[in-house]
Amino acid sequence: MFEIAYFSNVSENTKRFVDKLGVQHHRIPVMASETPLMMSEPYVLIVPTYGGGDDATSVPKQVIRFLNQQQNRDFIRGVIAAGNTNFGDKYCRAGEIVAMKCHVPLIHRFELLGTPYDVEVVHKKMETLWNQH
Amino acid sequence: MAETKHKIARPVNWNKLEDPMDLEVWNRLTSNFWLPEKVPMANDIQSWATLRPEEQLVTMRAFTGLTLLDTIQGTVGAISLIPDALTMHEEAVYTNISFMESVHAKSYSSIFSTLCSTDEIEQAFRWSEENPYLQKKAEIVLGYYRGDDPLKRKVASTLLESFLFYSGFYLPMYWSSRAKLTNTADLIRLIIRDEAIHGYYIGYKFQKGMEQETEARREEIKAYTYDLLLELYDNEIKYTADLYDGLGLTEDVKHFLHYNANKALMNLGFDPLFPREVSQVNPAILSALSPNADENHDFFSGSGSSYVIGKHEATSDDDWDF
Repeated sequence: MFEIAYFSNVSENTKRFVDKLGVQHHRIPVMASETPLMMSEPYVLIVPTYGGGDDATSVPKQVIRFLNQQQNRDFIRGVIAAGNTNFGDKYCRAGEIVAMKCHVPLIHRFELLGTPYDVEVVHKKMETLWNQH
Repeated sequence: MAETKHKIARPVNWNKLEDPMDLEVWNRLTSNFWLPEKVPMANDIQSWATLRPEEQLVTMRAFTGLTLLDTIQGTVGAISLIPDALTMHEEAVYTNISFMESVHAKSYSSIFSTLCSTDEIEQAFRWSEENPYLQKKAEIVLGYYRGDDPLKRKVASTLLESFLFYSGFYLPMYWSSRAKLTNTADLIRLIIRDEAIHGYYIGYKFQKGMEQETEARREEIKAYTYDLLLELYDNEIKYTADLYDGLGLTEDVKHFLHYNANKALMNLGFDPLFPREVSQVNPAILSALSPNADENHDFFSGSGSSYVIGKHEATSDDDWDF
């Protein structure tokens, strides 16, 4: 199974979803002063969109820094996006942008902490992606 | 307030943050700032005329109901959170939330003045003052705003921001899905976007407060949250039936309420309550709310004048230097 790399800010919403998945995971550091995360195995990225603004501010800057590393882009195999439908057409926008820029599929979208249904769907979709891998 | 918490009066220093979330949310809120005067409401006049009198009446009532909640949140709710703030920046964020709620309240009056007569407007406001379910929802929430428990105040505030508005928000999304009142829907979407950030931030500060509490107290607050949600929910179901039975929309609205109640709980860090079967929103409503939300949605069904088609471009390494 793919590993997970994810970003979660101090609200920890995305972290709580990742904890429920029970898949090996690595957190992208919140602070620039922390050791950067480098992935060395194929992984799926989980990225939240905090909503509202234009495309330039949709992807959290920590995720941009992470993906600026060629090695991290080489191992990415898919994206899962967190968001809130209240943000209209910006819902999960960061996931769409990363998927587009890295040429990988956006395999699922969920809201806030995610529901048990989202956990189930993500398991299935990650398995399908793994089998195609 | 700062004066009561500290012996000396202190100016807020935005160059020294205790919680980075305060600045992040402040920036989101200010970059999302808008005024109703910028939305061209007059384009909805013709569309309004195509609604049956009963449909117009229910729409006006739903909007006075929303006006009441925005008024409460602007003049009492958000302000009541200021004395409990953990940082001075948090106090400032609440003043922004409070002001935007007043902008929201005023924006319904812009809709009314464009679409309705003075007499109709006055009747709709009178209805909002006399409707027992609307008054009860205001009374329940105001009780906690005036109470002395900071955490309970935040729970009530988050439930208002993330749950209580949605019986009203449903209707403009419904009209939008039928290509009616699309400019009104554009304006409501701006309000919905703001409420999401308000609910997220107040819910986050609630969770920070919970971290300081004992296990027993955390359990007490959690039980209180689910009890309050159910108390508000019972009333909300009656309000919904009262408002929407005549249009045959009540059952559809209930799904939307369950969906948003679950999101309100998640904003507070709690697990969703309503099972998936009763929380699945009518795809037409979800599509009106968020053109991206439904992966299988018909691209051209996206409504509203703000709908724009994104441009795609292949990437190179240089693109990642944002």
